[in-house]
Amino acid sequence: MTEQMTGAQALVRALELVGVDTIFGIPGGAILPAYDPLFDSEQIRHILVRHEQGAGHAAQGYAQATGRVGVCIATSGPGATNLVTPIADAYMDSVPIVAITGQVASASIGTDAFQEADIVGITMPITKHNFLVTDPADIGRTIVEAFHIAGTGRRGPVLVDIAKDTLQATFDFAWPVPMALPGYRPVTRPHSKQVREAARLITEAKRPVLYVGGGVLKAQASAELKVLAELTGAPVVTTLMAKGAFPDSHPQHMGMPGMHGTVGAVGALQKSDLLVVLGARFDDRVTGKLDSFAPDAAVVHADIDPAEISKNRHADVPIVGDAREVLADMIVAIQAEQAAGRRGDYAEWWQQLNYWKETYPLGYDLPENGELSPQYVIERIGKIAGPEAYYVAGVGQHQMWAAQHIGYDRPGAFVNSGGAGTMGFAIPAAMGVKVGSPESVVWAIDGDGCFQMTNQELATCAIENIPIKVAIINNGNLGMVRQWQTLFYNQRYSNTDLQTSRRIPDFVKLADAYGCVGLRCEKAEDVDATIAKAMEINDAPVVIDFVVHKDAMVWPMVAAGTSNDDIKFARDLAPVWENGE
Amino acid sequence: MSRHTLSVLVENKPGVLARIASLFSRRGFNIDSLAVGPTEHPEVSRMTIVVNVEDLPLEQVTKQLNKLVNVLKIVELDPTSSVQRELLLVKVRADTETRSQVLETVQLFRAKVVDVAPDAVTIEATGSKEKLEALIRVLEPFGIKELVQSGMVAIGRGARSITDRSLRAVERSA
Repeated sequence: MTEQMTGAQALVRALELVGVDTIFGIPGGAILPAYDPLFDSEQIRHILVRHEQGAGHAAQGYAQATGRVGVCIATSGPGATNLVTPIADAYMDSVPIVAITGQVASASIGTDAFQEADIVGITMPITKHNFLVTDPADIGRTIVEAFHIAGTGRRGPVLVDIAKDTLQATFDFAWPVPMALPGYRPVTRPHSKQVREAARLITEAKRPVLYVGGGVLKAQASAELKVLAELTGAPVVTTLMAKGAFPDSHPQHMGMPGMHGTVGAVGALQKSDLLVVLGARFDDRVTGKLDSFAPDAAVVHADIDPAEISKNRHADVPIVGDAREVLADMIVAIQAEQAAGRRGDYAEWWQQLNYWKETYPLGYDLPENGELSPQYVIERIGKIAGPEAYYVAGVGQHQMWAAQHIGYDRPGAFVNSGGAGTMGFAIPAAMGVKVGSPESVVWAIDGDGCFQMTNQELATCAIENIPIKVAIINNGNLGMVRQWQTLFYNQRYSNTDLQTSRRIPDFVKLADAYGCVGLRCEKAEDVDATIAKAMEINDAPVVIDFVVHKDAMVWPMVAAGTSNDDIKFARDLAPVWENGE
Repeated sequence: MSRHTLSVLVENKPGVLARIASLFSRRGFNIDSLAVGPTEHPEVSRMTIVVNVEDLPLEQVTKQLNKLVNVLKIVELDPTSSVQRELLLVKVRADTETRSQVLETVQLFRAKVVDVAPDAVTIEATGSKEKLEALIRVLEPFGIKELVQSGMVAIGRGARSITDRSLRAVERSA
């Protein structure tokens, strides 16, 4: 099929043809030609955000809720550079998004024209791939390729920068268009010999651990993971990016490993003799000091990205493949081992694991001065909103408490910024999640610091009828930074007090100003009723200002740069590793 | 640290060199030498990259390069089973007194004089890194006025070609 049209019409048509139904964006000079045909699209809902960063995070949230590629759009120069943070975030957390940016007219590229920025150059190290399009005939193919690259293999962000004159030019649009990506061949099928070797090691191991990362969620392999875990009887730890990949309530779940992980999960990794790593990447927040991480463990490492294997930790059995296919093959291989009468015996290991679990459960102390406990608030939100809701966190203490004190039994229920640690992620990402899953209850668990970075998207939520619920865990401070100052900088609180206690801003009034329902809660006895009230409101976004104790800290903690062996489950309290039998 | 020669086949598209250079600097890898040029196939360029790394980071370099969408194929060329050449252009002081000695050196190294001026000659030489270093050492006493050197290019010995299979994929998509 060919049809005369402009580059801009071709862009919108191509987006429709690859199945896009939602775009988050803001128009501006260079992208303006595209907004004209977009206005007429019946298939695509464009959600006008208030800042391009919000568009990017919303696309991420949409992608995580739907499993499809999220789309954001911005103009050249500052519009494009405002997308840099969410693109970097999506790159670190392997979230499939396509960012479309307008570029100055091709004849002006390189002349420092008005609103010109070399966004392809800027985003080269933070995109999976990016394109500059200066020929309208390339638009269709580029869009198909961009969605293919973003949504396959190890997922990630792709940027498509299109010159303004290219959008304006008229040409013969052709569809379908074949892709031309001879250098892009992601491996998804694991090597069967390696999988059999992994199964053999699992059977022979005395202290194996399934170390599960975000790749298992991305591959939608939770069901397979559960089968493998139950078949082998091995303990499971799920990283921050994998919360919900394995039910928190499952008896084989040891919790989250890492800097703020459970003693049981950290101990399981440290004392293990075999790590079965599935879609995880030995992030420094998980390993602590790398050379003392899991010193006695052999490593089976399965990942879709070959470059992750043996990047930080040598893999004895490397497996390149999609987590779902790896797990499916591993199940068959383990069944074959068991059919041949070989079965791992982890009874002694479980004695140790259960001792840690029972002795060092996650918990928190209530503030002695009667102020509201942030952990309690988050725990209650999780209990009342339940496992079917989405929980979208910002970055900091509240994020860690949201990871620790809400039980995730459903894949994808927890959305947060892990690798990049982007403050301000929660509000726009929650907006994207809600658009992607409109029937679901979506809670943003945010800090007062994070909230003040991106809360203008509440206007978008109110106007576009995206009724998210926001819990501001308001301790008046940049809480996690303050915690480090408490522990490592002699309680010298340099520039962490936001003085939100003076009600600047007043979050309830702010919510009201944005057309949202604003609520405030300062006492433990009011927490349930306030959450219940928020749950009842479905025709407007709700913002709750939970005024909480500022000295609460996230425990357990492995101090940055130290060994996981030195984890503290509370200040100055180290666990006893051996159960003394 | 050890030197490794990588032949990298890439799509001949704008920005590919920037992607590769950016990857090396971002990941903290050092490039000793880099040469880019066309191949027998117009849609494919070939880069010869000499990196100075330990074996483990070399594996990372190769894997990260392979992730670039425009990279088609990477082959490490072993010095014993490949021909490796660099090009040198050097301008040496040479007046009536010293010119004959300079020309003798040129002969010895099978180099060529490509330009002559009253008090200087410009010499072109190709060869391995070691040969060119030796030539420079011998020319130094005469006075080197200016020197420019290309990155290394390399090709495997024998009848086999590293481009055969990877180019088929390009032809299919072209």
